[in-house]
Order: sequence, then structure tokens, then C-alpha cells
Amino acid sequence: MSMNTVGRPTRPEGAAGPAGFASLTGGRGLLQDEPLIFELGGWDKTGVDLPEPEADASDLAGLVREDLPLPGLSEPEAVRHYVRLSQKNHAIDLALYPLGSCTMKHNPRLNEKAARLAGFADLHPLQPASTIQGALALMDRLAHWLKTLTGMPAVALSPKAGAHGELCGLLCIKAAHEAAGQGHRRKVLVPTSAHGTNPATAAFVGYAVTEIAQTDDGRVDLADLEAKLGPDVAAIMVTNPNTCGLFERDVLEIARLTHAAGAYFYCDGANFNAIVGRVRPGDLGVDAMHINLHKTFSTPHGGGGPGAGPVVLSEALAPFAPAPWVLSAADGFQLLEEPTGDAAQAFGRLCAFHGQMGMFVRAYAYMLSHGSDGLRQVAEDAVLNANYVKARLSDVMSPAFPDGPCMHEALFDDAWLEGTGVTTLDVAKAMIDEGFHPMTMYFPLVVHGAMLIEPTETESKAELDRFCETLRALAAAARQGQAERFKGAPFLAPLRRLDETLAARRPKLAWRPEPATVAPAPSAAE
Amino acid sequence: MRYLPLTPDDRAQMLGVIGAPDIDALFADVPRAARLAGPVDLPAHAGEMEVERALSALAALNRPAGAGPFFCGAGAYRHHVPATVDHIIQRSEFLTSYTPYQPEIAQGTLQVLFEFQTQVAALTGLDVANASMYDGSTACAEAVMMAKRVTRRGKAILSGGLHPHYAAVTRTLAEAEGMQTVRQPAAVDAEAAVVDAIDDQTACVVVQTPNVFGVVTDVSRIAEAAHAKGALLIVVTTEAVAFGLLKSPGEMGADIAVAEGQSIGNALNFGGPYVGLFACREKFVRNMPGRLCGETVDADGRRGYVLTLSTREQHIRREKATSNICTNSGLCALAFSIHMSLLGGKGLGRLARVNHARARELAAAVAGAGVEVLTPRYFNEIAVRVTGSAAALVDALAADGILAGVPYSRLDPHAGLDDVLLLAATETTTSEDIAALTAALSAKAAR
Amino acid sequence: MRFTKDHEWVVLEGDTATIGITAYAAEQLGDVVFVETPEVGKTFQAGDAFAVVESVKAASDVYAPIAGEVVEANPELTEAPETVNASPESGGWFAKVRVADPAQYEGLMDRDAYEAFLATL
Repeated sequence: MSMNTVGRPTRPEGAAGPAGFASLTGGRGLLQDEPLIFELGGWDKTGVDLPEPEADASDLAGLVREDLPLPGLSEPEAVRHYVRLSQKNHAIDLALYPLGSCTMKHNPRLNEKAARLAGFADLHPLQPASTIQGALALMDRLAHWLKTLTGMPAVALSPKAGAHGELCGLLCIKAAHEAAGQGHRRKVLVPTSAHGTNPATAAFVGYAVTEIAQTDDGRVDLADLEAKLGPDVAAIMVTNPNTCGLFERDVLEIARLTHAAGAYFYCDGANFNAIVGRVRPGDLGVDAMHINLHKTFSTPHGGGGPGAGPVVLSEALAPFAPAPWVLSAADGFQLLEEPTGDAAQAFGRLCAFHGQMGMFVRAYAYMLSHGSDGLRQVAEDAVLNANYVKARLSDVMSPAFPDGPCMHEALFDDAWLEGTGVTTLDVAKAMIDEGFHPMTMYFPLVVHGAMLIEPTETESKAELDRFCETLRALAAAARQGQAERFKGAPFLAPLRRLDETLAARRPKLAWRPEPATVAPAPSAAE
Repeated sequence: MRYLPLTPDDRAQMLGVIGAPDIDALFADVPRAARLAGPVDLPAHAGEMEVERALSALAALNRPAGAGPFFCGAGAYRHHVPATVDHIIQRSEFLTSYTPYQPEIAQGTLQVLFEFQTQVAALTGLDVANASMYDGSTACAEAVMMAKRVTRRGKAILSGGLHPHYAAVTRTLAEAEGMQTVRQPAAVDAEAAVVDAIDDQTACVVVQTPNVFGVVTDVSRIAEAAHAKGALLIVVTTEAVAFGLLKSPGEMGADIAVAEGQSIGNALNFGGPYVGLFACREKFVRNMPGRLCGETVDADGRRGYVLTLSTREQHIRREKATSNICTNSGLCALAFSIHMSLLGGKGLGRLARVNHARARELAAAVAGAGVEVLTPRYFNEIAVRVTGSAAALVDALAADGILAGVPYSRLDPHAGLDDVLLLAATETTTSEDIAALTAALSAKAAR
Repeated sequence: MRFTKDHEWVVLEGDTATIGITAYAAEQLGDVVFVETPEVGKTFQAGDAFAVVESVKAASDVYAPIAGEVVEANPELTEAPETVNASPESGGWFAKVRVADPAQYEGLMDRDAYEAFLATL
């Protein structure tokens, strides 16, 4: 036989590497240590081929800048730079992303495709009406779905995010009070468990914020609400389902008391995904509610925006909705862009054009895909998944409100960590080592060491089980005194815990050339 | 249903674990009167092909900008975006992640934001920039309200060349917050007129260059006048490509620069989502609205990035926050930053010069067709005076397949400028497009 | 040294009061990252918000424990806000104030009373 012994070993040998192994480059295998674009060179480079300008800029003498020191990258360098960076991010496409109150659900790619159709993406906001009938029709249909799903008669589409929507709702309320000679109402009531945006928005509009107490079972304290309602109250802002993941059982009574006091009921619709298709806020006595299209209707979160926050409005508030309005006439759709005619009472304008059209297309595609039956199933599965997580973890963690069902998110406090030396933050960081994004931590503020888990309807039972087993294993490790597993976590992420104190004390918010690397200025003698 | 993984069997098993008899039991807290018995009156679910067909049908009712001669600007501009940009922003790790609250597993987004902030600071000639705002108009309003926090004064003076929608948004938001806004009469070339209105109650003056009529202005004198009275100068730019050619706001003495960043990396999208740019001098950083990303180190001393100075933000400061804003425009900022990284300073300079050259050709051609050009110094957009109503003219030319710009009256119907038409040219505008426009204008004039 | 229930301290020398936040407050806030000291020349009533202290966790108003006019703000806090954590009741002072009514000083808690108050929290 002729024996060929050339070749490479096909099983691992010497598996135990040196202790404290570190690569020579600072990277971690496929996770490259990627410099900033400013450190990659390319100060005279460009990755875009452009023609020579046919004319000079002599007509702009004295108005032209001398230099613009920014680096350029060729296309392959740019692709690598951003792909390497991308690999340092967690994403809903990688694993369950249980960030309570943020609703990280699957983003269908059909919606991306639809938003990129030239008939939507390559459309200027100020084209003549005859050339944008399809865009206006889409806005009109989206409005119809939103109104039907919420049982509300009107909707303002232009707010660009949830907080912008809150602003829109409160400005409608303010305008309505002023129109009715009730401008002296200067107070807004907000539960202690509210999103931080609620008091921030109310204060922004010039209202004084008064907190409403919460009951032991995590709901608005009706007696406290009644005591604080009065002729000086403009509105209440209540999230329902609330930030504890609970439905406000007494919502009809909350609405009745509020209206009896002459105030409006603003509902923070951040959690509408829990009830869409099963409950219409219009049937609960709500006067205004923003809908985060990036939550309930799954437009992508994009690393922090863009969002979209249309606001549904009651009959009483509808006349005050901001410009522009989409109007339907016999000869097609029109945009009413100024507070005139039908929109004479509009409180003003919230953004330059008509809102987040790109998000409208995605949300409408999502609605058509699910349909009325599917959206109802979305709410049911979201609530079922959250209750399943709560049931599977209640014996090892401590649910903040153990009695009764939760809605779309399960809230735990940190009582289960007592005596372990492990904090909520440590648990969150240890989850990173296990491949999951942490849950929302320390919110809502009314629960000590809060851990708010929102699985959404996107998760299969298998993924939920994997997640629950992981948390159970972490709970066991904490009880067994393995505090070091938590305190130093994460160990396996692209970076370890970051020094946020240093970042805030010595803010470094832009790259600047190291003094040594700057070429010395030519001396005057040369 | 393709987006929902649970099977009926899964659901039954899970209800068993929960100890609930049926799904309705989980909605027991909803008042009986408010529970819907069945689906609302809307169509049932549809397959991917049906949905695509429905949306394509709506899209087909529109006339895309790229379908023929096109000259619209006035705050949104059609530019060529490299294919790389749209490819990268659709990567799962960028598209389907959220605000980087957990920096250890969000360094990709955070490093991009740090690079973006540095790019925006360089473009505007200022020290620091935030991680973006909703759009240019809301950035403008936020800048005015920031000036109130810095100066503790309550009046803002808006120039007559500020985009009317920006003025309207600023008025709506700043007046809600208790400020007074004074907008000067619309005027093609009168940014400097704000100087006469500055008094010791003035928090800021807001000027735009290039302004809504396309006029480029050196605002240095305005800066001096504002500073002499203790007021801030806010400079607005709606066409970010102009930063490649024109003196930066910082160089001319601006305290705050805001801009619409759509032109770089982002499609027209019928008005949104866009990306607001916001930069200011270092000493004002703690009064800045919006998110900020900063450099730091991790437990092993390795360089990394975090969201910082977040105590200014609503989730910690609540009713004392500098702004109620919760999100930035992350993915649009990413698109901006990728396009900007491909261009580099050199490429943006070239792109800006090409835009300017196209506008010079446009201006010469319309003037040759007997149309009066009102804009004395322009970047890539001009205002012209037409015979009769500009809106009627635009409607008529649209019927002929030409999108002949934006009638000023559409932005500001009460200014008495019904015969003013705004025309923009970019690198996408061809000589054939310009010839088609001038031929149509001549034909209308002859009629 | 005298104290308030909002955890400010005051030392009165002649008609000049030096004001800061207590060691307890500095401990509770965690790492201080920024201090906005009051402008020299501004006057405050007792109880007015007169400074802001930011930690990584929270931004808090600091109330004037005593009425008066600001004559000096601690310049060190701009460059080194961590001084508030390192020496809250000495080097980490916020401002010096010319006091309008020294009698207000006597109305504040002494250290024993403040310690007793802390014990109730």
C-alpha cells in the first residue's frame, strides 16, 4: 500500500489553552476589534464615484468653506467596518429580547420590501395631490384600521414617536379646554408607575404634575384619584395595560370620575399590543391615546428609532388635531396643510411634513398580513406567553403581583435575591452571558429592583422554555452562592461592564485627533 | 399565521401550566362590557403575496420622483444613495435592535452613534452633536427651547427665510412651553433683518442658510449682533449636502446648528422618517436635548461607548427633563453615517459642487426661458417668479409628467407670494430634465 | 455645622454661610458626575432650588437652607465633581452666601438632631 500521511488532524488536541488567553490583536475571533472610521485613514479617499462639476463656485466667493476634515472609505472597507460593528449588537433576530414595555417582536421583511417600493420611498412630500393619490389612500386606510381597532372617531398621524404622540394628545386637550373657556385647568394627574415621558410631556406643555397613588395590587388608587380630581385638573394620563403589566380593572370608573370632573382621559397606548383586537380603548372612555407603531404594529426599532406615534382622538378632541389632515373628496384625496377650513381649530403643526410615511407602509402591511383575526391572536399569544413565563418562574423568582393574571408582561421584584449578594443589575448582566438580552430593569419605579419581562407573541414555546430554564438555572446559581458568576458579568460579551461614571464625568462625545498625530504647522520661516 | 409560532397544542399545554381554563380567563380584568366577542370589522389575515399585491397597487397610484423630470426641494431632496447604505441598514443587528441600554451587547450601534456625532460636529463646525432628533423641524424647535434654558429668556426671533413649516413647528412647541416666537415677514433675501428685532429679552435668533428661497447668507454679522445682546444664534440648514461646500454654521459664529439630514443616506419617503442633526458649542452640552453617546472604558480597560449624560432625559428626570423626547432616529442616523463615511469630506465636497453646478445650469436655463430668478446666491435651489399662480402652474405641468418644484404658497399661503416657485436641482437632475422644464415653462408662457 | 431635612449643610462664619450636601446625601446619590453651582450675585430664599447635582442615577435639586446672596461658587466642582463624594462636608462645598438673616441658621438642626433624623429614615 502507498500510505499518504500528509494532512491535518481532524479532532481537537491540546484543548486546554493557556489560562487567561487573550488574542494578540485584541479581538475575540470573529469579533474583530474595529477602530473608528477616523482611525482607518482615508482622509483623502472617497467611496463614491462622482462626475467633475461642470461649473465652479465663483458666484459664492467668500461663502465657501476651506476644509471638511472627514475620512472616506472605499466600498469594501465601508462594508467591513459596518458588518464588524453589527456583530457586536444583540437583536430580536438573534434571540428573545424581553425588554418590558418596549415590545421587541419580529419585524417581517415583507414590510421592509413594501416600504422600499419606489411609489412610496421615492415620493416627495410636496408633490401635487394628483401624483400622490396612492400615498394619501394608504394614510387614509391606515387611519381607518387604527380608528376601527381603537373604536375612536379620529386619528392624528403626524407624531413621529410615542413621546411626540403624548405631546400631540396633551396639546389637543389644552386647545379643547381653552376653546371651552377652561384654560385655567393647569394640572395633570399621573400614576406613580407611569413612563417617564408622561410627566415630562405634561411639564413640557406647562402643566403641573400631581402623582396618583397606587394600590397594593398595582392599580390606580380610585380614592386618591377622586380626591385629586377637581376644577383645576386638565387631564389624567394613565397607561392601560399599565407599566406593571396589569389591566386597570376600574378603568370605566376612572373614566367616569375624570369626565365628571371635566377633565380628559389620556391613555398611554404603549401597551396596546396586549389588547389589540380584543378591547377597544374607545369603549373604555379614553379621549386620546397614542399608538406606538414600532410596538403594536412591529415597525423595526432600528437601534433606537425611527418610531411613529399616531394619536387616536375622541369626537371632542378631533377638531384640534394638528395639520396636516388627509381629506377624502369626490375627486380623490387632498392634504389640508394649514389650520384653515375644516382644520381651523388645529392646534398647530408637529413636524415639517406628514409624519413617518415609511412606518405607515410597514404598519399597514403588518395589519393586512394579520387581519382582524390575526391581530386578536397577537394579543392573545402575547398575554399567554407572558403568563406562561410568570407561571414557570414564580417558584424561583418573586412576582411583584402574584395574584391573578398579568397582561403582556410579567413583573418581578428582587425579593428572591435577598441574601445572595446579587442585584437586579447583576442578573441582567449574567443573562447576557447566556445569550439573552436582559429584561427591563428598575422600571417601573414602584417595584423594588424591578425586572419587567415582555416576551411578545413572537416567541415559540421552545424558545420560552429555553429562556425560563436559563433564568431558573441563574436563580439556582444565585442561591448556591455563585455570586461571582453575576458580579463580574458579562464575561462573554464583546465588552465587559462599562464605566458610565467616567463617561458622565469626563464627557468625550466626539473623536478628536490625538495632539501627537497632528502634523506640526509649517513654521513661518519656511 | 406566518408570524405566530404557537400551535393550538402549545397554547393548550401552556394554559395548563398557567392553570387557566381558557384564554378568556387571562383577560378577566377587562370589564365585561368592554370585551369584544369576536374580531372587529376589518378584513381577515392575508398571505404575503396578497399583501404585496395590495401595497404595490397603492404604490402604483403615485408618481415617483425618479419617473421623470423632478425639481422639488423645500426641505426634502432627492439624491442618489449608494446601494451599500440600504444593504447595511437592513442587517438584523442594526434593524432589529433597540436603544442601546445594555452597552456590552450594543457596541455596534453605540460606535456608529459616536462616529455620527463626530461627523455632524465636523459638518456643522461645532464642538458636539447629539445622536439625532426626529427631523430638522423638531430639532429647530428643540434648539429654540434649549436657548431658553441657556439664557433664561423667553423670546425667539425667526427669520423670514426660515422654512414656514419649521416656523410653525417651532411656534407650536415653543409656545406650548411658554415661550414667545416672533416670525418676521417672508422675504427672499433678508436673514439679516433679524438683527433689528433683537432686544435684551431675546433668547435666540433663528436664521436659515441656504434659506427656504435658496439664498445663501454669511451669518457672521448676525452672530455678532446676537451675542452683543446676550442672545444665541441658531442656524438652520434643510439641505445637508450644502455642508460640503458652504462655510459651516460654527465657523460663522452659530451657537447651535440644526439641520435636516435626509439628503445624506435617506430616501424621500414622502416626508419621513428623516433625521434631525443637532450640534452646539461644548459649554452648552448639559442643556442639550436628545441622546448622547460618549466614550469610556470597560472593566478590563478596553475602549467602549455608552449613552451618557442621561440624567437629562425623561426616564430619569421625568418632569424636570430637558425634553420629552424618548427616541432618536437611529436607523436614519446610521444611513446618514454610512453614506457620509463612503463620501468622506472630499466626496461630500465634490457632491456639493456637482449639485451647485446643476443648479447653475437650471438657473441659467429658466432665466433663458424668460423666468425671473429671485435668488441672488444659491446652493442647489432657487426661487423664481412665474406669471400667475405657481400652484396652478405646478398642477398643470404635473399633468404633463413634470414635477416642477414647490409653490411657495403651499408652505405659506398668506404671504402674498403666490407667484413664487421653488426649484431644486441635485446630482440626479439631468440636462434633459432641465430642457423639458424650460420647454414646458416657455410653452405655458406662450399660451 | 447645621443641617436640613433635605440633606444640605451650612456653616456660618460672620455673615457668610458655606453650603453643601451631607455625606449621607452624597452616599445615597452615588457617583456624582456634575454639579451646577449657582451664579454669583443671585439671591435665594430659604427652600429655593439653588443648585443641581447629577449622579449617574439621578439629577436632584439642592435647596438653599438659608436666604441670602451668592458670593462665591466652588470652582473645583466644575472640573472634579467627584470631590462631592470624596469630601462632601468640606472640599465639596457648593457655594458661599451672604446671609440675610443669621437667625435662620439657629433654626436648623445640629448634628445630633440630624443624626437622629437620619435614624428615622
